[in-house]
Amino acid sequence: MPSPYLPNTDTDRSAMLREIGVGSVEELFRDIPQEVRHAQFRLPTPLSELELKKELNRLAGRNANLDDYACFLGGGSYRHYIPATVEHVIGRSEFYTAYTPYQAEVSQGTLQSTYEYQSLICQLTAMEVSNAGMYDGSTAAGEAAIMACVITRRNKVAVSTTVNPTFREVITTYVKGRDFSMETIEPGSELPADCACLVAQQPNFLGHLEDMEAQARKAHEAGALFVAIVDPISLGMFQQPGRYGADIAVADGQALGNSMSFGGPGLGVFACRQQYVRQMPGRIVGKTADVDGKPGYVMTLVTREQYIRRERATSNICTSEALMALAAAVYLATLGKSGLKRVAELCYHKAHYAADRIARLKGYSLISAEPFFKEFAVRCPVAPAEINRALLRKRIIGGLDISPVVESAMLLCVTEMNTKEEIDKLVEILGAAHE
Amino acid sequence: MNDRYLLPDISQPGKTGCSLPALDVSPAELPPKEFLRQEFELPEVSEVGLMRYFTALSKLNYGVDTGFYPLGSCTMKYNPKWHEDVARFPGFASIHPLQQEESVQGALQLMFELQEYLTEITGMHAASLVPLAGAHGEYTGLLLVKAYHRDRGDKTRKKILLTDSSHGTNPASAVMCGFEVGVVASDSEGNVDMKSLESAMNEEVAALTLTMPTTLGLFDPRILEISRLVHERGGLLGADGANLNAFLGRVKFGELGYDYVQLNLHKTFSTPHGGGGPGSGPVCAKKSLADFLPSPVVTNSKGKYRSVSPVKSVGRIANFYGNFGVMCKAYAYIRSLGAEGMKEVSEDAVLNANYLRVKLKPYYNLPYDRVCMHEVVFSGKRQKARGVHTLDIAKRLLDYGLHPPTVYFPLIVEEALMIEPTETESKQTLDSFIEAMKEIAADAERNPEILHGAPHNTPVRRLDDVRAARSPDLRWQMKR
Repeated sequence: MPSPYLPNTDTDRSAMLREIGVGSVEELFRDIPQEVRHAQFRLPTPLSELELKKELNRLAGRNANLDDYACFLGGGSYRHYIPATVEHVIGRSEFYTAYTPYQAEVSQGTLQSTYEYQSLICQLTAMEVSNAGMYDGSTAAGEAAIMACVITRRNKVAVSTTVNPTFREVITTYVKGRDFSMETIEPGSELPADCACLVAQQPNFLGHLEDMEAQARKAHEAGALFVAIVDPISLGMFQQPGRYGADIAVADGQALGNSMSFGGPGLGVFACRQQYVRQMPGRIVGKTADVDGKPGYVMTLVTREQYIRRERATSNICTSEALMALAAAVYLATLGKSGLKRVAELCYHKAHYAADRIARLKGYSLISAEPFFKEFAVRCPVAPAEINRALLRKRIIGGLDISPVVESAMLLCVTEMNTKEEIDKLVEILGAAHE
Repeated sequence: MNDRYLLPDISQPGKTGCSLPALDVSPAELPPKEFLRQEFELPEVSEVGLMRYFTALSKLNYGVDTGFYPLGSCTMKYNPKWHEDVARFPGFASIHPLQQEESVQGALQLMFELQEYLTEITGMHAASLVPLAGAHGEYTGLLLVKAYHRDRGDKTRKKILLTDSSHGTNPASAVMCGFEVGVVASDSEGNVDMKSLESAMNEEVAALTLTMPTTLGLFDPRILEISRLVHERGGLLGADGANLNAFLGRVKFGELGYDYVQLNLHKTFSTPHGGGGPGSGPVCAKKSLADFLPSPVVTNSKGKYRSVSPVKSVGRIANFYGNFGVMCKAYAYIRSLGAEGMKEVSEDAVLNANYLRVKLKPYYNLPYDRVCMHEVVFSGKRQKARGVHTLDIAKRLLDYGLHPPTVYFPLIVEEALMIEPTETESKQTLDSFIEAMKEIAADAERNPEILHGAPHNTPVRRLDDVRAARSPDLRWQMKR
């Protein structure tokens, strides 16, 4: 069977070989040393589209997917409703089969939608400028820490203990990669001397809302920048980082219209104050005009980037998550001003309903009385892992087992996707787990 | 309304693009008001308004589905449609990365098998699927290099060598890993200059990273000698695997002497580029580096799949497992091709590039006149003498409805035009590209003005980059 992806026929191939002046395609590989030219590969026998699609469907069927299961799991990846518009826009192959828009004249679709994305992120975060997006929230946080070191010419980073532990690990990798150092500090405590920045998260890993304004003030008093990691959906209700003094705001943008996809592709949202735009990593799109004066968009401030500046670039990032940024733009535009607020309110009230019910169960308690948004931690009477197994049997994905961090605790997440019925069922099973 | 309006221009209070459910629980008390935000503006558009807006934008774009996209070193091959569907199966798209492992065995199995396939394809020992793009994979590879030397107690190796034809991400990644950068020259044939390598390869060098084939589209016949020299002097050899399409299913990086290689699933393994991502940049490593791979990797113990952290792991480089959605597509690609199918891929890729080389050589300067691999680099030198630059040639191609090649890269070729046709293009397509390139070469002689003014029939014409950078307009403002 000819391959559907190789359009040349044998007649074409012979004609081309003749033109090239070689007898066989083998001769074209002559620069490769003979002894390594014919490696052997042990790979499965190829299958047709029909057969393989069936097999992959079976493989996918071995996963408990959250279209069929109720889900109370968050911790960095979130199940929010994705309006149909998002898939239909990012599913247009004019968008998804394009490369990075180096040829601006035939890439205005990507470029203008990126300009929309940047604008929407600025509106959402109340920051002055946004780049075109990074890999994910954690790497955006790592890049933000490095950017702060470069701006302040200091080489130490302070990260709050309440930041998501995997984010902290990624920040550590990025910071140590550059031979800078990192310290973790309790929220509200003094910054170590000569810190480039303080990194804090809102809501924090345990779901609590922190006093970000006070932390920003502390950072600025110490001559450091304030880096805020935020939940973009929370900004439908809660204070925006630009309003409490963040110099750089980063977020994981998966929640903005991207499926969880087992953790990727996601999106790293990265926004900062205007004065730092030339130190920002990643692509940036700007508006300009063509030779006829017609408005158009281009990648700009490119002298920050690796393909121009090589070792003096602000980052090595090249291919990023452009399609996920497009999804985020479509998501925000679809929901609009009232929709985003509505989603955040649904999360807030449902999460509080769930927390209230669970706290009334014998043996369960909230670990703190701090205000929260959609995630909260509860102390459980039995091991969280055991509870999660019981929930899984009833087709519910329970919370994140955080017992290594807080004894016997589980971090639960409730979004607009969870119905009252699901929450009541969760509460019932939690109650039974104690008995 | 003009044809280039923005979302705020179609926004009207009270419109929305999505209906949301009513609250089905009693509302809770709100937190103290200092936590709550003030009003801010987001566009308010109807669903139909929104779809028309983005559909109109999509029509201003050029993708692989639009036409020929011979962007050198980017491997813009066709993206099989059903692979897109696979990544959207609910069992793959609607799973949470922190679910109990027993509830995601299918996903972990797919990742485990993909690790195995990539390890086999590259002739390595282990793989990490976590890196989120090519540059992220390069970065990961260099973290392995750093950890390897530290683990041996060797603190003197602070330098990464790379060639003068290397991609810009290579030096940028080295700096992000705390290394200094040293450059090895290319010789007149486009190969590594052995004298330059000899003198640069000292006890300060941690690794040489060498794209193979090089970004000149040439296979360095002395690769085994290079590898021997680097290893004899205590260094490691790393590959930017961007050009694997040249010998997929034919040659293994491991057998060439490489210690690690970073792949681009969004190039070689046919996953679409998305207008600038998502990519996926797995790193495959020899045994000596395997213990340092980033966390997590997937293991299989009697059919039970688990994610673990390698014993001396460099740590986490991303939030979760990597770009799983991209992995699904690459997995489907590998399983549809098999070993023989991959060999056919590289054969047609190399055949197509050499066909272009031979057919275009009479019209454009060919700085390295030898058999090429999957891409061919021309120079616009001959046209430059007539006052026509490579940029003009590229822009003129747009008028023919063709995407231009990569231009001005690699840096060591004057007025470079780097053409990578890929195997998914037919002789028919190549012939129409050749015709266009011939006409452009003729116009450069007799009618250069048409090139200087190009493009003429694209949605916009040449854009003012200087103005964009001088007074940056990076967002719209929306008034209340």
